[in-house]
Amino acid sequence: MIVAIVAVVLMGAGVAFIVIAGLGVARLPDVFQRMHAATKAGGIGSTLVILGVLVAGGVARPLTGVLTILFMLLTLSVASQMLARAAYMSGAELRGIERGDPLAGVLEREGAPLEERTEVSALR
Amino acid sequence: MTQLAVAAAPILIAVLAVPLALAAYRMIRGPGYADRFVALDMLTAVSVALSALTALATGRSAFLDIGMGLALVNFVSTCAFATLLERKRGGGK
Repeated sequence: MIVAIVAVVLMGAGVAFIVIAGLGVARLPDVFQRMHAATKAGGIGSTLVILGVLVAGGVARPLTGVLTILFMLLTLSVASQMLARAAYMSGAELRGIERGDPLAGVLEREGAPLEERTEVSALR
Repeated sequence: MTQLAVAAAPILIAVLAVPLALAAYRMIRGPGYADRFVALDMLTAVSVALSALTALATGRSAFLDIGMGLALVNFVSTCAFATLLERKRGGGK
């Protein structure tokens, strides 16, 4: 019984994290803040849900879940760092910065976001 | 012993429709390419959690394998999109 309660608490916490991450993705003002919400909360949320499923038992091959957790913890940070760097270099809009851009001169940066530099923007 | 967890799984799956809808809103609305890539990242995280919960609810552990495949594909696709975003210059025509 204790095991089932622990499993439900883990899964509920994971789902709560994912819901908060979804709110952040929908509401925050620029790409980097949305990425901050999506990557951290989304990664922890999915990890907690898989952990809860494994604790509950009843699945035949729990090793798959363990491997998924390890892989997500290893790669989500790398992937989000690459995406944030690419978004900065491609000129995505920055909002809510008070003391100027601290990365100016460190990374090269395009003058306008990609959608304004390509002809796809004519379709909108 | 695990009846409680199995009974809770469909409810949690229903709750997960909310972040799925929010990420879909961000993907449709944009406004930029980077926003859509972030929304794709979020959608994949939600669907990994969905597949784990489905494995518990239905008792078929093949859904855990699906979650692992989604996590693998997510990493590769995010790297590919980041490289596209970084290298695409645009305005050539």
